Amino acid sequence: MQDSTTTGVGNLRIAILSGKGGTGKTIVSVNLSAVCDDSVYIDCDVEEPNGHIFLKPVISEESEIKVLMPFCNDDLCTGCRACVDFCNFNALAYVNNKIMVFEDICHSCGGCKLVCPENAISEKEKIIGKIKIGTSDNVTVITGIMNTGEESGVPIIQGLLNREFPAGTNVFIDCPPGSSCSVMESIKEADYCVLVTEPTILGLHDFKMVHELVELFNKPHGVVLNKCTASYNPSKQYCIEHDIRILAEIPYDNELGKLNSDGKIIVRESKKYRETFTELLGAVTKEVQ
Amino acid sequence: MIITMPVDGKTMNACINKSFGRTQTFLVYDTETHQNTFLANAAVNSQGGAGIQAAQFVVDQKTNAVLAPSIGKNAADVLTGAGVELYTTSDCSIQDNIAAFLDGKLEKLSEIHAGFHNHGGR
Amino acid sequence: MKKLLILSGKGGTGKTTVSSSFIKLSKTDAYADCDVDAPNLHLMVKKPSITKKSVFYGLPKAHIDQDKCISCGKCLENCRFGAISALDGYTVDFYACEGCSVCEYVCPVDAITMEKADAGSLMLYKDNKTFSTAKLNMGFGNSGMLVSEVKKQLDNETPGSDFAIIDGSPGIGCPVIASITGVDMVLVVAEPSLSGISDMTRLLDTADGFMINSAVCINKYDVNIKNCNKIKEICQKRNIPMTGMIPFDTMVIEAVNNGLDITDIDCPAGHAIKEVYKTTINIFNSVNQEK
Repeated sequence: MQDSTTTGVGNLRIAILSGKGGTGKTIVSVNLSAVCDDSVYIDCDVEEPNGHIFLKPVISEESEIKVLMPFCNDDLCTGCRACVDFCNFNALAYVNNKIMVFEDICHSCGGCKLVCPENAISEKEKIIGKIKIGTSDNVTVITGIMNTGEESGVPIIQGLLNREFPAGTNVFIDCPPGSSCSVMESIKEADYCVLVTEPTILGLHDFKMVHELVELFNKPHGVVLNKCTASYNPSKQYCIEHDIRILAEIPYDNELGKLNSDGKIIVRESKKYRETFTELLGAVTKEVQ
Repeated sequence: MIITMPVDGKTMNACINKSFGRTQTFLVYDTETHQNTFLANAAVNSQGGAGIQAAQFVVDQKTNAVLAPSIGKNAADVLTGAGVELYTTSDCSIQDNIAAFLDGKLEKLSEIHAGFHNHGGR
Repeated sequence: MKKLLILSGKGGTGKTTVSSSFIKLSKTDAYADCDVDAPNLHLMVKKPSITKKSVFYGLPKAHIDQDKCISCGKCLENCRFGAISALDGYTVDFYACEGCSVCEYVCPVDAITMEKADAGSLMLYKDNKTFSTAKLNMGFGNSGMLVSEVKKQLDNETPGSDFAIIDGSPGIGCPVIASITGVDMVLVVAEPSLSGISDMTRLLDTADGFMINSAVCINKYDVNIKNCNKIKEICQKRNIPMTGMIPFDTMVIEAVNNGLDITDIDCPAGHAIKEVYKTTINIFNSVNQEK
């Protein structure tokens, strides 16, 4: 946990996670951003960024994310195959007296360039996705989009998060689902993690996975129980038994489901939910301090 | 001419294996001498790029044609890059497929799938 | 063996609920869960009694021998993944390391070795039925290959079976492609939301790319009727059969939490899934007779 004296209200980085998609992670992230006076919403779910469907930002800036790909100067290549043998990802082949590079397999580690005794291999940039920055009322929206067919979103997530944010704004990080490396990358610099879960044994199973992840990274965290009904909630039971802070309980509600499926921002439409999310924001802020 | 195919077992009655990149065994068959050699596929346990590695192996056996039910895009690129011709097998034994190939009854392979990618541990 | 694959773009659409009901209704003796990042099906179906677990290894990860390390910094300088830290002696961040071996190569004193990394486990449950599933460990992402292993295990263990149901991977990426290869039909469980529609379209495109027939059913259709109509329109245009619509029903949550199958309960969702099952199987059979 960071020193509490350095993280005042309005300078928080809050990551929102869930074990699987469909739990309401994006709804929570988007609406938390929207109830702040001034905030930044970052969509790190670069494979399927959805936050923009709700926030509909006016885009003001676009940039490309690039990685390095090897290419071989056939005049210098002697066919020793040192690079082919070195590549642990099998991204290179030597056929017809030429090196072939499979860019969809390559991890850009640079190993082939290092091992080539003839210095025949150099590197060029390849675009793997882009970052769009825009505004939606009080929210600065930063979205990462990975090109279809690309393998890893980690470089894009790094591009999204490695930047300066204006003082006094809260930053909300909508993480990819699951507990893969891209989730780890997304929560690395977070001050606090909000875990969103559903009231079923399936939801609980997925929740335990992300809970294990935030514990591993020693991140302070709390839970939003979403889609609650009047009946037994195994996720809630688990939180109580394991002394995990419950930040809010959002009921299953047809009105909410309808607004959401139409791509509306709930706190901008409903006074009731504006209060719910303002309270949630208050609970999170209090937790961090 | 050398023809190579992914196979399920080390006899001529065995079946053709469905996966080019991850087959346990390749049969390398010389149509002139009728010599058959069964070779272990080094790519079988590879974490990613198995198709590429297997294709490199097959090319290095001086193969002229590959008989397989389907081949991933990357493997096909390596093979065709080396001038290897690709043919589709039918659902029967190695020797039946070789016989069909020699009779000119096997069709050129059209089913090339997009491969699996994302094997690299990110 | 003929295989029916059940897919849904993002998670949370009810794919696993539909899969488990289909497994029960069809009485099939072969089924698999290809959602190796967050497998759930084992919570919903009766697990065959005998369990076999095998370790799935990912790419080896770098390890620095502190006794040999001379702190020259070459590994740190050459690692493209930010996996080497020099805070407290030179160490490797296990989760950031992608296993490329560059550090091992540049180390002048051979202090770095690449060590086997346990990336997950492949599970087999078996008695007169066979259930193949797997779980990828935290921080590992090579799920496409583990998905292929799950399917291979199912194939190898069920030589006598003629029909299998496979719960697919979520998303639209590589694990989905690994799930889709070699199946005989895809059933997409779609949700009537804007993102649900875009996910469905991308899945149908993928299935088309592999020349595999697909069908669509809608879950929680009553949440947004307007979007349901959009889904129907898209399916009609693409000539893809609709196999039914399942209403939102709080009994689903009740059933799941009480270890029951929704089709065992007299409720709207249970009845709807039975209908979806009948229609889907009819289409599945006619499609596979044509072949």
